[in-house]
Amino acid sequence: MKYLDEFSNPELARKLLDQIHAATTQPWAMMEVCGGQTHSIIRHGIDQLLPEGVEMIHGPGCPVCVTPLEIIDKALAIAERPEVIFCSFGDMLRVPGSQKDLFTIKSRGGDVRVVYSPLDALKLARENPDREVVFFGIGFETTAPANAMTVYQAKRLNVPNFTLLVSHVLVPPAIAAIMESPTCRVQAFLAAGHVCSVMGTAEYPPLTEKYQVPIVVTGFEPLDILEGIRRTVVQLETGRHELENAYPRAVRAEGNPAAMEMLRDVFDVTDRSWRGIGMIPGSGWKLSERYADFDAEQRFQVTDIHTDESPICRSGEVLQGLIKPHECAAFGKECTPRNPLGATMVSSEGACAAYYTYRRLELVDAR
Amino acid sequence: MCLAVPGRVLSITEADQTLMAEVDFGGVHKQVCLQYIPDVRVDEYVMVHVGFAIQRLDEQSALETLANFEKLGILEEEFGDGFALAAKQAGQTQAGGSR
Repeated sequence: MKYLDEFSNPELARKLLDQIHAATTQPWAMMEVCGGQTHSIIRHGIDQLLPEGVEMIHGPGCPVCVTPLEIIDKALAIAERPEVIFCSFGDMLRVPGSQKDLFTIKSRGGDVRVVYSPLDALKLARENPDREVVFFGIGFETTAPANAMTVYQAKRLNVPNFTLLVSHVLVPPAIAAIMESPTCRVQAFLAAGHVCSVMGTAEYPPLTEKYQVPIVVTGFEPLDILEGIRRTVVQLETGRHELENAYPRAVRAEGNPAAMEMLRDVFDVTDRSWRGIGMIPGSGWKLSERYADFDAEQRFQVTDIHTDESPICRSGEVLQGLIKPHECAAFGKECTPRNPLGATMVSSEGACAAYYTYRRLELVDAR
Repeated sequence: MCLAVPGRVLSITEADQTLMAEVDFGGVHKQVCLQYIPDVRVDEYVMVHVGFAIQRLDEQSALETLANFEKLGILEEEFGDGFALAAKQAGQTQAGGSR
């Protein structure tokens, strides 16, 4: 077996793999929700170490990839304004909008800054009272508490020149949407560990029950993923469909109650359109009315957005697990990290980026 | 982006009625908000995501994960220069050129 030497504990990796092979009697298709898990799987060749027929379907858990194009275009329009300091995480810089990206705007003189934490953006706002500081608040439940606290602080400290451009997305409604899809092949889920560090696990048993699918909360390191797959296969083979927490060192059933309380205060659940996937009911958070003054969409009335996706990019199908990245004809040809057609090719959690980084030699040359 | 990185709390301060800590991530030090784990103590390990501690972690798990992340280049991705990483990906030596 290749790659095993690269595991932090090759002996344990082999033991887990042996158990997976011993337990498997038939083909199974399971989806890892989180893009960080996708990268770990492809980088370590975990999918190639599994029994024949056990397939990892890559899920929509790359936050910058599913941020709607309309919001990206709005962000770009706001970032171009001379009075604005536009702050973002680095992962968003090269995500393609309809015409350009944040990196291009920066190179043309726009004041785009990469921050480590949204609190850094709030600090910038306090230091630059004559500028409008906007933070691009995207991400799943893991990231939302940071943005929530920052807006809460902006209100409490009365920082009027700070706003948040919000496009948060939620995992459980996405799992439901995947299971409701007529093309669904997913028989089990590896759930995203750090999302559950914040939210706990209570949202998942209703999904395992309704859709009769095992859901196993899993970490990001290769051994965590192998353990998650092992538990999932055992459930599938024994006809069970339960919520299991295979990542107890970082996930408690109750999550982080203080963070969840802040989320309830700052955000309201909203319908959200996911890039490449479409509208998923109740799958996002928006700022609640109490924080409307800090909503960048309201502060900067950006209209006149005409979104324009690449006609050949199939990242939507990749995000839904319908195709693997290299099944797109543009993969590694017209579409590379240098010239991306879709967000999945540039994000550090995008499936196309993972295949390009770790598999392009075997995939593109073979084609 | 959904990754949380373990780090050791070096010191705790209060600024603007907000609990903050200096946290060590394998040699990189960052200011981290502790409001969501307010009872954490100096020398304990926390899982940190975008400058916020979201859970506690035991020392052995934290050290193993940190060593793993360092080997995988995840620490550089998390704490490195975002523009330099983007420029490298775009095939430029520095931000400033066109695509």
